Amino acid sequence: MCRTLFHLRSAWRMRTEIIEQMRVVAVGSLPLVIVTSVFVGAVTAVQAVYQMQAYVPMKFLGTVISKSVFIELGPVLMALVVGSRLCANYAAELGTMKVTEQLDAMNIMAIDPVRYLAMPRFVAAVLMIPVITIFCDAIAIFGGYVASVVTLDVTSTTFIEGLRMFYKSSDLLGGLAKSFIFGGIIAMSGIFFGFNTEGGAEGVGQSVMQSVVGSCLSILVADYLLAIILFQILFKSS
Amino acid sequence: MTPQQHSTVAIPPPPNLKLDDPASQRGIALQGVSKAFGSKVVLDGCDLLVNKGETLVIIGRSGEGKSVLLKNLVRLLEPDAGQIWVEGKEVTGLEHDELMGLRKQFGFLFQGAALFDSMTICQNVGLMLMEHLDWSKERILTRACECLSLVGLEDANDKLPSELSGGMKKRAGLARAIVMEPEYILYDEPTTGLDPITSDAINDLILKLQRELGVTSIVVTHDMASAFKVGNRIAMLSKGRIVYVGSVEDIKRTSHPLVRQFIEGRADGPLGVF
Ligand SMILES: Nc1ncnc2c1ncn2[C@@H]1O[C@H](COP(=O)(O)OP(=O)(O)O)[C@@H](O)[C@H]1O
Ligand SMILES: [Mg+2]
Repeated sequence: MCRTLFHLRSAWRMRTEIIEQMRVVAVGSLPLVIVTSVFVGAVTAVQAVYQMQAYVPMKFLGTVISKSVFIELGPVLMALVVGSRLCANYAAELGTMKVTEQLDAMNIMAIDPVRYLAMPRFVAAVLMIPVITIFCDAIAIFGGYVASVVTLDVTSTTFIEGLRMFYKSSDLLGGLAKSFIFGGIIAMSGIFFGFNTEGGAEGVGQSVMQSVVGSCLSILVADYLLAIILFQILFKSS
Repeated sequence: MTPQQHSTVAIPPPPNLKLDDPASQRGIALQGVSKAFGSKVVLDGCDLLVNKGETLVIIGRSGEGKSVLLKNLVRLLEPDAGQIWVEGKEVTGLEHDELMGLRKQFGFLFQGAALFDSMTICQNVGLMLMEHLDWSKERILTRACECLSLVGLEDANDKLPSELSGGMKKRAGLARAIVMEPEYILYDEPTTGLDPITSDAINDLILKLQRELGVTSIVVTHDMASAFKVGNRIAMLSKGRIVYVGSVEDIKRTSHPLVRQFIEGRADGPLGVF
């Protein structure tokens, strides 16, 4: 696995492959990202209003939504939803290549599959998952806004005031730092289980399942650790 | 068939293939190569010598470990025991970079072709050139087309492997194996699943590569017509060992019961059916 990182130095040579893999991540994820994000924002708004009514002024609604989306919901949900999709894709594709001897064929051609296959996928995931997370953040805020204004009797000015009031760039940056790491976890899980597939179609199915489970669990555990590192230690004073 | 019925057939002991000095051989030499998967022993002390420039055919029933033997030669599988030399260099001890250098001298035709299914046939064939040589795009394309026309696939350049028949895939795999003009080619069942005419064309190609480029080859096959046509010598693998090695003339005349049964294709005999 460390060899993937080692091969990052040849990233420039592999740029076409990397761009192709980034396309794989992005294209087709869009509907999933949009639908997930809009509803995450909207649900947060509805729940927040329900919890806050009569106790907390509505001007804090925007704050609640933006903080929860930037720090937690955006990065984690995207890593789980888009990440599972991507992880399954990597594990299935590489696993099929393994069981049909395509990885052997690549080895015998003196082409290192880690460099040729794993590294571009890793780079693509690490770069694209944060991009998708930013996208998700924006749409989720929009979803929250629409839900608040249209169905919850919150005025547009109140909502936007709340958004601005306690905005800290460390929230957004912390969230992106998380999604960057999550991107790495997703890629490693898909690649690891893909390369270690044994047996035929059944083996590929097994690998895909294990890789998705592995990726989701690692993301949740990493999320906890990162919360401590980022928000208890790094950003504490600010 | 019960084993008792065969006990009357005397099976000669395996030929003594031990080499005094395997490292001095210019071709490929194997000594005591063993490989097991879990408790299943596939190769059990296999000795073999392939001289430089010759085509050695390995015959044996399916599941005897012929593909495993080929993969051990280029370390796609690591042998559990034994040593392998190529041109006097011990393959089993090579460092990563040396192993990559060695693999560039090898062409390998996989039993299932193993084409990269996300690439077109032309990209499959040209990949190695693209990765290892700094040739221009046109030159790579020309060379790829040249190899494809050698195997009669000039029209399939832009097709994906999934659009080809089994035989066409195998031919494309062969084109890919010879694109770097390797010194050694390992063919895993090159003619299995091909029609007789294409099979013969592949046989001719194997002969041509040997004559014109001086390629050293190992051909794994059950197709006896092909074995007799392309082989200089024929070896038989049974129960994890080479039980017979001889020239084509020798093997046609041999009285070795296992070999006779195999080349005559009889179900009854010392090999047993299952
Ligand atoms: N990767 C593997 N894992 C476990 N067993 C294997 C593996 N590859 C081959 N075998 C076993 O080794 C034996 C020989 O296989 P193979 O070399 O493919 O036979 P063949 O002589 O038909 O080419 C088979 O019984 C097969 O079950
Ligand atoms: Mg085989």
